[in-house]
Formats: sequence, C-alpha cells, structure tokens
Amino acid sequence: MRGPVRLEKRLDQRASLTWLVPLLSIVSALAFGALLLIVTGRNPFSVYQRIFERGFLSRSAMRGTLIAATPLAFTGLCAAAAFRLGVINVGGEGQLYVGAVGASWAALRFGEGQPLALTFAAMIIVGGLAGAIWSGIAGVLRARLSTNEIITTLMLNYLAGIFLEYLIFNSRSYWRDPRSFGFPSGRQIPARSFWPSFTVGGFEIPLGFSLAAVVAAVVWFLYRRTTFGYEVDVMADSPSAARYAGIKTRTKIVVVMAISGALAGIGGASDVGDFRHVLDAKGIQLAGYGYTGIVVAALARRHPVAVLFVAVLIGGLTNAGYALQGPDFPAGLVGTLQGLILFTAVAGEILTRYRVRRRVVRPVPAATA
Amino acid sequence: MNTNLFVVILASAIFYGTPLYFAALGELLTERSGVLNLGVEGMMLIGAVGAAWGAQHVEGSAWFGVLGAVVIGAMAAAALGAVHAVLAITFRVNQTVAGLALTIFAGGVGLSSYLANTWKVAVRPTPRPIRKLDVFGLGDAPVIGPLLFHHTVLTYLSWILCALMSWYLFRSRVGLNLRAVGESPQTADAMGINVVAYRYVHTIVGGALAGIGGSFYALAIVPTWVDGMTKGAGWIAIALVIFGFWRPDLTLLGAYLFGALSSLGLTLKARNVHINGSLLDALPFAMTIVVLVVVSSGWARRRLGAPAALGIPYEREER
Repeated sequence: MRGPVRLEKRLDQRASLTWLVPLLSIVSALAFGALLLIVTGRNPFSVYQRIFERGFLSRSAMRGTLIAATPLAFTGLCAAAAFRLGVINVGGEGQLYVGAVGASWAALRFGEGQPLALTFAAMIIVGGLAGAIWSGIAGVLRARLSTNEIITTLMLNYLAGIFLEYLIFNSRSYWRDPRSFGFPSGRQIPARSFWPSFTVGGFEIPLGFSLAAVVAAVVWFLYRRTTFGYEVDVMADSPSAARYAGIKTRTKIVVVMAISGALAGIGGASDVGDFRHVLDAKGIQLAGYGYTGIVVAALARRHPVAVLFVAVLIGGLTNAGYALQGPDFPAGLVGTLQGLILFTAVAGEILTRYRVRRRVVRPVPAATA
Repeated sequence: MNTNLFVVILASAIFYGTPLYFAALGELLTERSGVLNLGVEGMMLIGAVGAAWGAQHVEGSAWFGVLGAVVIGAMAAAALGAVHAVLAITFRVNQTVAGLALTIFAGGVGLSSYLANTWKVAVRPTPRPIRKLDVFGLGDAPVIGPLLFHHTVLTYLSWILCALMSWYLFRSRVGLNLRAVGESPQTADAMGINVVAYRYVHTIVGGALAGIGGSFYALAIVPTWVDGMTKGAGWIAIALVIFGFWRPDLTLLGAYLFGALSSLGLTLKARNVHINGSLLDALPFAMTIVVLVVVSSGWARRRLGAPAALGIPYEREER
C-alpha cells in the first residue's frame, strides 16, 4: 500500500498504552464532536461545559450520574464478560429488559410481608435469571447450531422490547396497573422495596452501584483467578487447542453467555430498584443502556474494574443528556458523542497493536540551472 | 381495486420488502469483497434523515425533488460506508466492533436523531413522498396490476439492480475479481488485483444502497420523521444476506418474505382481523432467528457458504 504512513506490527505490549489509549479516545471523540457542533451552528465549549456541570459538578448531579451509571456498569460487564471468550453479546439491551420484568415481578410478589433482605435478593436473583435465560437462548443456538450470536442477540433485543410493550400496553398482565385506563402504565412496586442508598463521604451511593462494584470484583476474580477463567482465555486464543486440552467448548459458550446475560439482567433489576420503581416499557427502551454498555466495555478495554469507572464517566454524559434535553440541546447529541467515543476507542486499539511509522519520502533534488 | 387478501399481502410484501432489499443488496456487495459491515441500521437511518432533509430543500419538479432526496440519502450513507472502509480496510480493526460502532453512532438515538432535530425535519410531513406509479395504465388490472404494475420507481429500480448485480457477480470479469478478493485476497493480490481498491469501492457502494433503502422509509413508508424509524430493518437485511446465500436473486425472495411479515399486521388490521398487535410485531424478528438457525446448520451451511475471507482484514506480508 502506498500512503504517507504505514502500520507496523508491535512485538511488545506497552503498559502505558492501556490507559493512554482510552484517554486519547475520549479527547479525540470530543474533538470530532466539537467539529460536528460547529458545523451545525453550535458553540462546542458552552455545550461541553453544560454537560460537565450537569453531569458531575454538583451533589445532585453526581446522584443522578451514579443512578444512570449503575445499569451501564452491569451492561458493560455483560459485554465484557462475553467478549473475553470472543463471543459477541450485543443483547445486553434485551437481557436488561427481561431482568427488569423479572425483578419487578419479584418486588410485586415479595415486596410486602417478607424480610427486606429477602425482597432485594429475590429481585436480584429473578432479574439475573431472566437475563441469563434470554441470553442463554442465543448461547445454545451458537454452541449447538453455530448460529451467528450477533444477529440472534439483536433480534432478541427487539423481541424483548415487544414483550415489554405487550405486558404494559397490549394485555392485562400482572405488571400492568389495573387503575391506568387512559394511558396504560406499570404497577408501582411497594415503597419499602425501593432500593436504599448509602452516604459515603458526602456522596450518595445507590445500592445498585455498590452491588455493581461487588459484582465487578467477582467477575474479575472469576476471569483472572480461577480455572474457569483460564479455560476461557485458552478458548479465546484458540478454540481448537482448547478442545484438544479437553475443555468443553460448547458448554463454555453457553455458560459464558448465561453469565453475561445474568449481569445485564441484574442491571435491569437495579434500574427498577434504584430508579424507576415500576416496569416502564417506554422509558427503559429510550434509555438504551444495553447499547451504551458496549461503549463502556470497549472504552474499559474489557477490564471489569475499569468498566465501573468508565460507567460513571459515560453515566455522567447520559445523565446530563436527560437533564439538558430541550430545543437548544437536541436529542441524539449524547448518543452521537457516545458513538464517537466507541469509534475512537475501536480505532485506538490499533495503536496498541501497531506502530504508526511515517513513510520516509526522499526529497527530489532540485534541478540545477 | 383488487381485494383478494393474498394479492394484497403479496403487493405489500413487495412494498415493504423494497427497502430491505436495497440494504441487503448493499451488504451483499460489501460482504462479497470480504468486508463485514454491521452498520447497516445506522447507514439506513442516516440515509433516511438525508432524504427527509432533501425532500424539504431540493427545489424543482416533483421528479427532480424525489431524485435529489434519494441521492442525498444515498450519499450520506455512502460517507458512513467510507468511514467503515477506512477503519476496516486501512486500520484493520475488528470489523464486527467497527460496524456496531457505526450503528450506535448513527442509530436511532445517535447522529440520525441529532441531525433530524437540528434540521427540524420532523416538524412537517415529507412534502414529496414517493408515489406508486401506474405503469402502462395496468395498475388496476386484476392480480397482475398490484403485483407488477403499481409500484414505486425504487421498486422497479431494485428489480433492475437485482438482474444487473446477478450478471455483475457471476458473469462479468470485474465480478469474478470481486469474488476472488472475498474468497482469497492473497491469491487475488498475486493476480494483480487491487484488493484495497475493490474493498473500498464495494463498501462505499454498499453504504449508498443502504442509504437508498433508508430513504424509502422516509419518503414512502413513514410520512413524517420518527427517531429510529427503520426499527431494526438494517439487522434483518444483514440476516437476509445469509438467508440468500450471498446471491442477489435469492436475497430478493427473502426480502419479500420479510416484507410480508412486516406488513402482515397492517394488512390484517385493515381487514378487521383481530390478532394481538405484539404478536404480529414480533413475527419478523422471531422469523429471522428461525431462518438463521435453519440456514446456519446442517446441509445448507456446507453447500453455499459465506465468502471465505469475510471479516478478515487483509495484510500483505511485507519483506
């Protein structure tokens, strides 16, 4: 190939790049975003300043940010957990929906007259199970019939969205509020089953977010410190080597997919418990946590603990987007910025694998008179 | 008017299958060159917003307005195709992730929504929708009228493209080269075929076709702009390529099958048949999974597979 630059394979992995690349990704995404804002007649500095203020700079902003970050942390873990095996689960969105369905059922069913700990545990477990079953469908199809999991998980997202609308708008289900006639809505879960938040050092930390921190640590341990995680790594590197070594590769695909879906499902539970307190068919779809989770996982370079921090960052962006939306802050701006971050994170991967070398062009000697 | 239910379903299958076919044909060309682009949904939406803007701003006769709108939609989506080409071909990043990034960036809550809200295309309905033609005055003829002679100009264009692309892929020299690039870029390179150029061109043209599919949504199916108006059609189009074994003719059949499934709800509702709306909404998505399972397992997989180098970046060995 001819061109001014050329890519040369790196033989070593530079440690500094693991944090430098994500940082550069964000900076360049903001630069591209600024370009778009200027072209469409807006002042990028004032837009970014407002996002920063409404996302991070006050106590109430931080509270909203952490609440938005919680489902993102779970869907980010969901995407990361599958991707470590080389399986691509883009179904975090749908798995989160069914998790919310499961968790709100558990809260409606066990919300009154049971110990609180049991109610919370039921919400988390039922939500996680629902997510695991939903992703398990794609996992079994991939493992048994080698069906492309990207398309099946995506189709399952749309199906889960339709399922939500069925439960709230098109049927007289257990989740629907029987008193809502004009505009159907979900039944609110009992007030005592709302998830509490803890105040640590002046910050209000929602229960869901602390749960995400614990789960991130568990995922890290599972992938880095157990035989299971080791086998996943072997499989990701070479499925045939894994089979020779006696690793049950098909089972592993199903298990990893189920774990991944369970994580997104718990994210759905946290959204019901921390924030919505109701199965909100429209709102949860508009939030798009599952797709944003892919951005989170990519920027965190699939590291479970890094996912947590990136989720707060992207959560701040999301939260500011909600707060600011209006005529001078159009819908889609935050989504565009998130997409740009994903783009630059993906392109940034190239820097970790290749060295960019400038092609040396020898100057043409000037003609002598 | 012909009221035979079967004919009505077939006619609307062709109408709703048309945008699916454009997008699927574009993806087919891209994949034949060995590049996987999962950004179809995003490219369709950008095509739709481009066409919606064009319909409100291109001056001139009605014909020129429609043409201008479709061209703007196609060019906007082609630009996104070019972005994917740079990432996938030049930077050799993971094509799956790059394509997903494209859809998230441009999709229903991303750039397409931002541009639609900035340009305020949702404020009024599309002033110049694409109308169905009455070819040779046969539009009202029984059975063949609605099936063959009463469609939009884009539907007729898609039929021409289907024939043209079948010839191009399997009968022309350039098409043979293209298939070589998709099957074995090393061999193609050794034969003196410019692998990078082939891949760039087909990825960009694939984007343009997805954009035409998207403009069909904005100009013919939905009269006003709605964020995310293609509702997953881009993903179904990707599945259609697999379903059609990477062949333009079989993919056309698949597109009409899914066109029928997508429009079944509307058709039955007009006939006062009561089936739960959610069930009908779910049909195309559930069927996509079923079809994929059938196609990707067993005999079908062995007979006519994907281009061998699909999704694998080409790196010429240096020194």
